[in-house]
Amino acid sequence: MSKDAMLGAIRRGLRRGPLPRDQVLGLQARLAAHPRHLIPGRSRVARPEQIALFIRNVEKEFGSVVRVPSPAAVPGAVADYLAAQNLPPSFAMAPHPELQALPWDERPLLQRREGKAVASDQVTVQHGFAGVAETGTLMLPGGPRRPTTLNLLAETEIVVLRASRIVGAYEEAFDLLRAELAEPAGGMLPRNVMLVTGPSRSADIESTLELGAHGPRRLHVVLIDDDDAARA
Amino acid sequence: MLATSPAFKENAAHAMADAGLQKALARTRPQFPAKRAAAVANLPEFEQLRDIGKGIKDHTLAHLDFYLETFAANVERAGGQVHWCSTADDARAAVLGICERVGARTVTKGKSMISEELGINQHLEAHGIVPVETDLGEYILQLRHEPPSHIIAPAFHLNREDWEESFRKSHTDLPADRVFHERRDILTEARTRLREKFLAADVGITGANFLIAETGTSVIVTNEGNGDLTQTLPRVHIVLASIEKTVPTLEDTISLLRLLARSATGQDFSVYTTFSTGPRRAEDVDGPEEYHVILLDNGRSAMVGTEFQPMLRCIRCAACINHCPVYGTVGGHSYGWVYPGPMGSVLTPSLIGVDQAGQLPNASTFCGKCESVCPMKIPLPNMMRHWREREFERHLGPQGMRTGLSVWAWFARRPAMYRLATRVAMAGLGLLGRRRGKFSSLPLAGGWTEGRDLPATEGHTFFARYAREQRAGRA
Repeated sequence: MSKDAMLGAIRRGLRRGPLPRDQVLGLQARLAAHPRHLIPGRSRVARPEQIALFIRNVEKEFGSVVRVPSPAAVPGAVADYLAAQNLPPSFAMAPHPELQALPWDERPLLQRREGKAVASDQVTVQHGFAGVAETGTLMLPGGPRRPTTLNLLAETEIVVLRASRIVGAYEEAFDLLRAELAEPAGGMLPRNVMLVTGPSRSADIESTLELGAHGPRRLHVVLIDDDDAARA
Repeated sequence: MLATSPAFKENAAHAMADAGLQKALARTRPQFPAKRAAAVANLPEFEQLRDIGKGIKDHTLAHLDFYLETFAANVERAGGQVHWCSTADDARAAVLGICERVGARTVTKGKSMISEELGINQHLEAHGIVPVETDLGEYILQLRHEPPSHIIAPAFHLNREDWEESFRKSHTDLPADRVFHERRDILTEARTRLREKFLAADVGITGANFLIAETGTSVIVTNEGNGDLTQTLPRVHIVLASIEKTVPTLEDTISLLRLLARSATGQDFSVYTTFSTGPRRAEDVDGPEEYHVILLDNGRSAMVGTEFQPMLRCIRCAACINHCPVYGTVGGHSYGWVYPGPMGSVLTPSLIGVDQAGQLPNASTFCGKCESVCPMKIPLPNMMRHWREREFERHLGPQGMRTGLSVWAWFARRPAMYRLATRVAMAGLGLLGRRRGKFSSLPLAGGWTEGRDLPATEGHTFFARYAREQRAGRA
């Protein structure tokens, strides 16, 4: 059987048999503790600067960000963005309670459908689980409330993110993921977790960057200023 | 994939005479090093992170059996299946078995070097299943029936006119006289064409940059999003991964990710870094219903515990390739198998045999740039030297080279004879070259003088001069 042959060959190479019990326990303890390594200093800054770093990095990677003072301002910001980009006022939206609670009715021209994305969708609105200032990265775990296809199929993806959910380093975003989504599921990660840094791109043609290869050509973040400590 | 590595010299000569390839290489050669240097300069902790990354991989390899079993158990806990495959044949059979069981007609594919190693496309085609490459570079290569020439930029060797020609020839339902005003038009045509394929595919096959033991997760890193469409839309997701992709935890993976994109494309982070754990859950509204991991050995376990074990730290960033003067001159196809450049010169002999790939470790100037940029600090030149030794021990080199090395070794072990012989030779060359100051041809040095002159010696050896100056210094 391949499994035994492969494990046997590895152990022969390492000049030992199966690991003794005490070593197995040691490795299991390392897995359980999952220690952090060095975290770069760039994101170890005061809250307002962390938010600014996140925004700078999203923009550096060809994404865009608009800050709004409260959740109530989100539908207006979405409508303004779509109009400015000459996009139709309709979109597929993640069925997340925080998005569902927004006052969409105040913008009657916006047509929204809740659920996963389909091939004909031009615009999607996703719920941002967390933002990582280090590189301007969005953490978007898939699931019934955040369908993965919303991140992939349309030419334009809008992510609604609360400023209080911006962290410095990836490790902190994974801590949120473990605590809020993995632990309630018996330690299992969501089926799909995407870390998204800017819109889709390719440099396969003559090593020259072009945006919008297979995923979204535009990535727009609507950032809700809900974090008093984060205000500059 | 059939190796043409034994014909490296002929391949290289052909490559250097290929005007299109040389144009592509000249355009691209300076780009990757400059981008990497900028990204590294922007992260003061980069050197420390290299040591951390090396430490993570060394720890994993020393306990690889434990981490593989843990990974497999966690994949199964999440509802996925792991297929342990010792050989390429086992892996091809496992992939085909899954595709046939689910009645697959078309299979979309994300970029995977393991897939090239297995020749999975040819295998599926032979059994009536249509594979569709979805990475933009891999897509055009499939249209052109060419293998990739670079591990992260597969169409490195093509120019824009090649793209236009291939698209006109293959997309015959579109107007033949359409104009590609800019690169974006080429991209848009591919995007539209491939979108149909994504939606129609029954199975999606991706590679994996990392396998996380702690969570039973596979990780892919892409910029286009094609890998995500490939693994999200079809009913079945198959991950092709070799055993050394294993890492213990999410935190270990994050530390390696900080090195990967910066070393590869010079980005701080790739656009899509996606963690997949098992198939669609009961309440999910999208994602595949089946999740399989093909865990491939194919010669790697035999590297564990040998002088080549450090090669298993490789995270396939291509920094060594991007900085290699030999690769930059002859391109990727000259190397004749899946993995080009310095990492290929070390890995290929391990995987297909030094008798097939013995030329590759010789295709190096030993400038050491590869090791200096490797995020995993793999001693690539040293390992190429090990392969040269093995090649010599097994009498694989050409007779002329073997005789020359034997003669040199005889003198090198006899210092007095060595000095005498070099003194005579240098004096002779100094005398003969006194008038012109250089030689345009010399016996036994035809390979050198074919392309340039050999400057004449001053008539005495370094030893003699060193001894003289030492004496003068003491006086």
